[in-house]
Amino acid sequence: MSEEDFQHGGDRFPPTRRSVIEAARSIDAEERDRALAALCAAYWRPVYKYVRWRWNRPADVAQDLTQGFFMELLERELLEKFDAKKSRLRTYLRVCVDSFVSNEDKAGRRQKRGGNVLHVALDFAAAEEELGATAMDPALIPSPESLEEFFEKEWVRSLFALAVEDLRELCVARERERTFHLFEAYDLEGSEKISYQQLSNEYGISVTDLTNALAWARREFRRIALERLRELCGSQEEFQREARAAFGWDTK
Amino acid sequence: MKFLSDKALERLRDGAEMPDLAGTRYRLLERVARGGMGVVYAAEDGKLRRRVALKVLDVPGTDGDLANRLIREARVLAALEHPGIVPVHDVGTLADGRVFYTMKFVEGNRLDKYIESVASFPDRLRIFLRICDAVAFAHARGVLHRDLKPANIMVGPFGEVLVMDWGLAKILRGEVSNGARDADPEATVFEKPKPTSIAGDATELSVVTGHGTVMGTPGYMSPEQARGDVEHLDTRSDIYALGALLRFLLTGQPEIASAPGGRRLDKSLAAICAKSTAAAPAERYPSVQEMALDVSRYLDGLAVGAHRESIFDKAGRFYRRYRFFILLIAAYLTMRAAILLFMHR
Repeated sequence: MSEEDFQHGGDRFPPTRRSVIEAARSIDAEERDRALAALCAAYWRPVYKYVRWRWNRPADVAQDLTQGFFMELLERELLEKFDAKKSRLRTYLRVCVDSFVSNEDKAGRRQKRGGNVLHVALDFAAAEEELGATAMDPALIPSPESLEEFFEKEWVRSLFALAVEDLRELCVARERERTFHLFEAYDLEGSEKISYQQLSNEYGISVTDLTNALAWARREFRRIALERLRELCGSQEEFQREARAAFGWDTK
Repeated sequence: MKFLSDKALERLRDGAEMPDLAGTRYRLLERVARGGMGVVYAAEDGKLRRRVALKVLDVPGTDGDLANRLIREARVLAALEHPGIVPVHDVGTLADGRVFYTMKFVEGNRLDKYIESVASFPDRLRIFLRICDAVAFAHARGVLHRDLKPANIMVGPFGEVLVMDWGLAKILRGEVSNGARDADPEATVFEKPKPTSIAGDATELSVVTGHGTVMGTPGYMSPEQARGDVEHLDTRSDIYALGALLRFLLTGQPEIASAPGGRRLDKSLAAICAKSTAAAPAERYPSVQEMALDVSRYLDGLAVGAHRESIFDKAGRFYRRYRFFILLIAAYLTMRAAILLFMHR
């Protein structure tokens, strides 16, 4: 069997977007902006929550620091200094956040930032609500490993939320809104899982149709999430490691 | 953007893990186990109407080390047709971009569970000899297993013994199919081991480095394998693992128990274990066949090559081997002596 035989079926997995790390080093300003926007979209919530929780900053200060951090990332070309062989992008960014907040403290600065530099809508009010919904006891997270864990969990939440949003848009574009509602009802909502039978009765469809719809939605969700993740990684090895971490394949 | 609760994250993870079998002849039945590279599911082959085991990689893509390893594992298995090695049926890529292969669905127990119901040493040794047969066959075809341990041996309902999980196999020379050899990313498979903090039973888990590269299992890994000395690995590395496996079958531990109170081994069996797990490869058995021969000789009550016997050892072995006749003669002589004593009264 030749290698080509293994490509069969794989063509349904679309080519990935360019990594933000590569794009950030591009000479094309538009490309660099796009990279920062992609990075910001995936990481601003974890960064904001991390600053709020780890650095115990009030909401307005954390908002400024979050925006300031991404601007500094752009101005000081920090992404160009990232080496995928040495660490994960996620860990690198968290260390950069720590360093940034610490430096801001030392300099005694507090700038009001904002404007359209980031090209990403930062819904801090929603992030604040989420922080309330995931109330944490600081005493439970005392070690640096736990800080990493907290940041990772928020990063996964952000990544999956973006993928769900993309999936919703895909369903709308393909006129499969009902599929998204089923996916939402079964996989995203409710504390207790309802049965396929109950859900199919509720929507007036057969269990087989429901099964197929959910299988399609999950497959697309997985594809989109991995595609977004690949964009946020600097190498194939990092992508594989991060995919295992994001999907919990290391712990199952 | 929708906020996802912790529960929703878990559900999304669970849902995303399921392989997409659309367009294949297989229907998913249940999740069986997770390995270093991916998950094994029970599936039904729609065409042949039989149950198969479907091993699927976690991440999509046909390039990269993991995909290469899974494809290579399938090809190695395909090249090793032996009753003691699980046969592979099919290999390909799923609609979601993940590489998979299907193999015989082995119903039975893992060796460590199975031997809980096998009390006698001879029976355990016979199982061990069947494992040796499969490994010797692979060696003859130029393939090292490199991760032999109880969790990778299955015993079927009719006592058939199957060596599983050839994901770490190393191809020594060109006796297997070219495809399997070409796909061998030898330069990237091994890395020097890093300290790991694997919780739980270390004998259950293969060591995985930060790069997701499986290397072997503590307790069953030869010293040269633990050092990452890839260049110098040969069949004696598997012989080390077989020695640890033999010790596990006999004492419940792959290594010599440091704590007192462990089960004492017969000197000959202890010598076989010690010889096969010698730190220096040159001091081990040169081949699996020779190791198996020693175990067979022990089963037949003969002297084993690994142990130089004293006169008492020889007498003890002679007694064990001919116990029935010795006891018969002793009973006869006792009876004769008793009759003579009675007649002379």
